Amino acid sequence: MASTLWIGTRKGAFMLRPDERRRSWKLSGPQFLGHIIHHIVQDPRDPRTVLIAAKTGHLGPTVFRSADRGRTWREATQPPAFRRAADGEAPRAVQKVFWLTPGHASETGTWYAGSSPAGLFRSEDGGQRWEPVAGFNDHPMRAKWVGFGTPDGELLHSINVDPRDPKHLYLAISSGGVFESLDGGRDWTPLNEGCAADFLPDPEAPFGHDPHCLAMHPLAPDRLYQQNHCGIYRLDRPARRWVRIGRAMPKRIGDIGFPIVLHPTDPDTAWVLPMDGQTVWPRTSIDGRPAVFRTADGGKRWRRFDAGLPTSQAWLTVLRQAMCADDRIGRLGLYFGTTGGEVWASTNDGEAWRCIARHLPEIYSVTHAS
Amino acid sequence: MSCTVRIPSPLRSYTRGAQRVEAEGTTLAQVLASLEARFAGIRFRVVDEQERIRPHIRLYVNTREAGALAAPVAAGDTVHVICALSGG
Repeated sequence: MASTLWIGTRKGAFMLRPDERRRSWKLSGPQFLGHIIHHIVQDPRDPRTVLIAAKTGHLGPTVFRSADRGRTWREATQPPAFRRAADGEAPRAVQKVFWLTPGHASETGTWYAGSSPAGLFRSEDGGQRWEPVAGFNDHPMRAKWVGFGTPDGELLHSINVDPRDPKHLYLAISSGGVFESLDGGRDWTPLNEGCAADFLPDPEAPFGHDPHCLAMHPLAPDRLYQQNHCGIYRLDRPARRWVRIGRAMPKRIGDIGFPIVLHPTDPDTAWVLPMDGQTVWPRTSIDGRPAVFRTADGGKRWRRFDAGLPTSQAWLTVLRQAMCADDRIGRLGLYFGTTGGEVWASTNDGEAWRCIARHLPEIYSVTHAS
Repeated sequence: MSCTVRIPSPLRSYTRGAQRVEAEGTTLAQVLASLEARFAGIRFRVVDEQERIRPHIRLYVNTREAGALAAPVAAGDTVHVICALSGG
């Protein structure tokens, strides 16, 4: 099956479909023109099902669900929402649904959603009715964990479900850190030892970090990678202390960025797209020369690939949901979308790139569907 | 009691394109509940889970801005839902 890419943008959803050799790509859409689309995710347990996290500038946030690969859509009958505040309690309302993750393979119909302000929600009916996960949203430490939101608000993202155990969950909060649950979300523990938080006064703070993207390898679930505001990290459980594998990146490039993408079958291989994290944090490609870096040994070494990418004056920004891999092992497809509305593709493990779509709205999400 | 609700374009996907619909109620809360019963999902796009009118939405009863859902609505009134966008 050829790759299909879902592109979520600030102005709607698009699809890119390739020919069999992935040389020619056909753009279709927009769907939901004018809606802010933060994430589009296909259900690996039922590839006909696709969920979209959407809102507009004025209307409240919601989730749309397709049962026919995106041809038709129905809105969630109960979108993610916090519980009603008790007397004297600060009221919280979901401003945007930022992240979607399908549940465990054994829990058909289960999905998780992350929001801003930081909230965790669960659906057990394929995304139609969402309930707040009280174990996180009402955790007595939550207010302290998420005490320092980004200018776009607190973002709960990177929800990872252990394929060996549906009750073993990870999530990340910008800012707040990485958190782990061993009981299906009833309780949570910070998991940030070893991660830098240069912006905090305490270098060993247990939480308050800014993970930009957290990824668990699906075939080696004890292997976690993290692209953080302050570096690239790896953690091999049951260890609890992250190792800064970004130290092996070239010094003049650094190890700042948003996405980290894992090879679907090789836990030692991952890609990042470094951004400029100096001075006021431009978060653009370094020196105007975009490049993808790949490690094939778990982060001991990184190799630069920029063939086909612009060689000067290209100030790209690639957000955390906007880079992905497909499932074509051997000639793996890698894709990223920019905030300038371009989609770039590689069909040789990230070694050479070409632009397959341009003139799109600001891209928030690029995801692969089979 | 019946009133008229003017539906702005961002919400007409719920009303199958209708720009004006009839609704029942003596308060804005009741009018919105009446709308929700006919056009499922419309209320949550306008009012958040804490029963607050969303920040970039304004509700008017005739020409008076209603700051809360308890605002009274009389038979024959027109409720306006105003949406504000900024930037590009």
